[in-house]
Amino acid sequence: MNVSMTVNGREVSADLEPRTLLVHFIRENLRLTGTHVGCETGYCGACTVHLDGKAVKSCTMLAVQADGASVTTIEGLASNGQLHPVQEGFWERHGLQCGFCTPGMIMASVSLLEQNDNPSEDEIRHGIEGNLCRCTGYHNIVRAVEYAGAKMRGEEPPAPDWERGE
Amino acid sequence: MATTSVMGGSVRRREDPALIRGLGSFVDDITPHGTAYMAFARSPYAHAKIKSIDTSAAAAADGVVAVYTHDDVAHLGDLIAQVVVAKGRPLLAKDEVNHVGEAVALVVAETVSQARDAAHLIEVDYEPMKPVIDLKEAAADTTLVHDDLESNVVVTWEAGPWGDEEGIAKTKQTIADAKDRDDTVTVSIEAVNQRLIPVPIEPRSVVAEWNDGYQRFRVYSSSQVAHALMGAIKTTFGLDANQVHVTAPEVGGGFGVKLNVYNDEILACFAAQQLGRPVKWTETRREAPGSSIQGRGWVATATVTGTKDGEILGYELDALADMGAYEQNFTAAIPFLGLFVGSGQYKFPTHWKATCVFTNTMTTDAYRGAGRPEAAYYLERVIDAFSREIGVDPVEVRKKNFIEKFDEAVISPIGFAIDSGDYATNLDKLVEVADYEGLKAERDKAREEGRYLGIGIATYCEVCGFAPTALSTLGFSWSTYGLPAGFYGTSLVRVNPDTSVTVVTGTGPSGQGHQTTWAQIVSDRLGIAPEKIRVIHGDTEESPMGIGTFGSRSLAVDGSATFDAAERVAQKAKGIAAHLLEASAEDIELDEDGGHVAGSPDSNVPWDEIAAAAYLPHRLGESELEGGLESHVIFDPPNATWPFGAHLAMVEVDVETGDVKILKYFTVDDCGNVVNPMIVAGQVHGGVVQGIGQAMFEEAIYDPDGNLLTGSLLDYPIPTAVDVPMFTLDKTVTTTTTNTLGAKGIGEAGTIGSAHTIVNAVVDALSPLGVRHIEMPLRPRRVWAAIQEARG
Repeated sequence: MNVSMTVNGREVSADLEPRTLLVHFIRENLRLTGTHVGCETGYCGACTVHLDGKAVKSCTMLAVQADGASVTTIEGLASNGQLHPVQEGFWERHGLQCGFCTPGMIMASVSLLEQNDNPSEDEIRHGIEGNLCRCTGYHNIVRAVEYAGAKMRGEEPPAPDWERGE
Repeated sequence: MATTSVMGGSVRRREDPALIRGLGSFVDDITPHGTAYMAFARSPYAHAKIKSIDTSAAAAADGVVAVYTHDDVAHLGDLIAQVVVAKGRPLLAKDEVNHVGEAVALVVAETVSQARDAAHLIEVDYEPMKPVIDLKEAAADTTLVHDDLESNVVVTWEAGPWGDEEGIAKTKQTIADAKDRDDTVTVSIEAVNQRLIPVPIEPRSVVAEWNDGYQRFRVYSSSQVAHALMGAIKTTFGLDANQVHVTAPEVGGGFGVKLNVYNDEILACFAAQQLGRPVKWTETRREAPGSSIQGRGWVATATVTGTKDGEILGYELDALADMGAYEQNFTAAIPFLGLFVGSGQYKFPTHWKATCVFTNTMTTDAYRGAGRPEAAYYLERVIDAFSREIGVDPVEVRKKNFIEKFDEAVISPIGFAIDSGDYATNLDKLVEVADYEGLKAERDKAREEGRYLGIGIATYCEVCGFAPTALSTLGFSWSTYGLPAGFYGTSLVRVNPDTSVTVVTGTGPSGQGHQTTWAQIVSDRLGIAPEKIRVIHGDTEESPMGIGTFGSRSLAVDGSATFDAAERVAQKAKGIAAHLLEASAEDIELDEDGGHVAGSPDSNVPWDEIAAAAYLPHRLGESELEGGLESHVIFDPPNATWPFGAHLAMVEVDVETGDVKILKYFTVDDCGNVVNPMIVAGQVHGGVVQGIGQAMFEEAIYDPDGNLLTGSLLDYPIPTAVDVPMFTLDKTVTTTTTNTLGAKGIGEAGTIGSAHTIVNAVVDALSPLGVRHIEMPLRPRRVWAAIQEARG
């Protein structure tokens, strides 16, 4: 079955078994291994990518369902060597430890901030509820998204916890 | 920007630039040319005889390269494990299966899908037998897991003090006498510390290649212990250590699951050797509960006897611990880690006993905390119940019974030497940081308004930094894997000819940020910027020996080895600078620019000249200096480390629904000296949330037939972002003399302190209704039922 789509701005197409999941097409055919598989059932969110600008879990859809679509993966998020503010936030605020959930968590956070550029702590938590992290306890992920939100609004990000004595 | 001061600074992580761009390399991202894929046929029964296996349909299926059963791998023996007391795991089931999910046959095919499809075609004729799942039933030996053993009991660990039968008898008598007194109160809790599925977000994965020309294995595995895996492969296949190269690249969370050598890793090597092509296996989330170890699984009675003003005269723990069906790496030793800290921060006589039993379930082993969360849970729950019974504040009761501040090692009631401690100061700080008095007033006011707020407090004492090699007599070594290696730290520090620095350490991190912390340590000694220091870990060819990352050991042990190695390199660099300056080495100071005579920066010899002299040794002239600029250190600590801390949670319970909300959470941990506070805070956050997961959500439930009812993330919910609050962290610093850095370890502290903190808080909230205990996990239905029962 022939499938064509745009991935990170590049036209790609392949002949695939109909049952091929979008995540497997991205990882195995395109060798873009930044998108991860954590559960294959849609709970963990490690496979989150953007499909036509919206965050989707690429393990719960078939590659053929993305035929003709535009997909952005974690590898396509930085532009011209410039990190996306969310990537920068995760680095600056220690929003990752092992880094396995991180690509999906970042893609979900970008989507969240595109819908709401000044989310409260509670809105951030609900925005990333579909992405599981077992390392950080989410505290610093919330801080990372706050940092990115401030940057995207052109504001000075709040000081890190370790400079506030928390 | 994070601060850039080196030692003690919150330096941004060197790991992150790759990981945030999706460029980190995890094992499943590695696919050598020509790779074939493995899938397993697994047992649907908890206990059954295998009458026959028909692999013909699978072997004939599309893309299948090979199918293997026990007979094909019998010559390799059982899976090698660290501490096998009674029964290890076969690589593939032989005549019987002993838990649901046990591997029965292995299929190798051209694609993952073909391998999985073919595994479903394997027909096994099983004769089901009665399984034993319940711990008390298992301990009674009415049904045996293994017919060839006399009992399901693997071993019983007993202490007070450990290894001293006369002492234990005396302790038991002391406690019995206390119970007989008229002025004492005895409080008991029987409680389950439930089985948990660790759930690192990265499933385990392995890639194995065999080069028949070079006679070498090349293996990538998501392992916390690359060297143990290398040892197991070399011993299983009768090779030398230098014929097996294991790399653990990026590892996506470990928590103890990856502190094990698994049958799938050995079988991948076997298949790769047989087939002459690379072989890969990546666990599915669905099969993980049967292919990777689980944790906890205790039932115990904890009893405290004390006076009505809060002096505790004795503590007893009688526990049954679930080993599952086979022993793997540390299985039977996990409760022993609990025994180490069975008396926590306290001085009262303690009689502590854990009986380890087989059941027809998946193997248990180290899961974050490993025995210590269980030990702390019972101790801190029953002290809380005792405080409530006598009507004395739980902070006061704890402080009354703490071991007083000590700088020289003291022997705990369990019989081990604790390095240093200052428990009262630590708890006082928590009381102050959390404004305990203010919270109590808030709680009491809410109660008057009909709301159910509760405050939970708990303390813990850990044992970390494993370990002195003398402890290898207790099984704490890799010798079973054919490597005479105790749990020391290793590090090689090398200034390269171009003045960049390479560090090779024996750890196997899975998110703990060693590349950053180790670079800070080396930078502190040499003055070279962290950005120029590359840290390599988890690689058996780069480092002759490495113990890996587990038990909050890495900074204390391998970090100290790194400090010592960097210091030796610094001494050599000073010697070279002194030679070039015709000065005395004692007068040389190092910094980013090189070496200069103290007080006269103009005398500077730049780093590139120091390195050039080291690698063009004729420039060292008549001096006694040798070429090269590196040092390899093995650091064998004289004792483990004993971190401690105190946690406080405030919760609100909705008594109509049983829903628990965590309003506030405070920790004051004491992990000794800190190199990177940002990384330490991250460890605490994550650890606390794993403890909250146990307290509120997680439970591996087997039905009486041994079927796991909670095998997916839907049935086994781990905490999400909406389930937990922001945390307020603080610290006290009590250093240790057992290592150069004075560091004690922080990886497990959060988990060891938090589950009982939450339960204590929920019980406190519901105490006006008469609730005295609720079993974990505190899901709304269970909390609601406890409320209904208390209300009658």
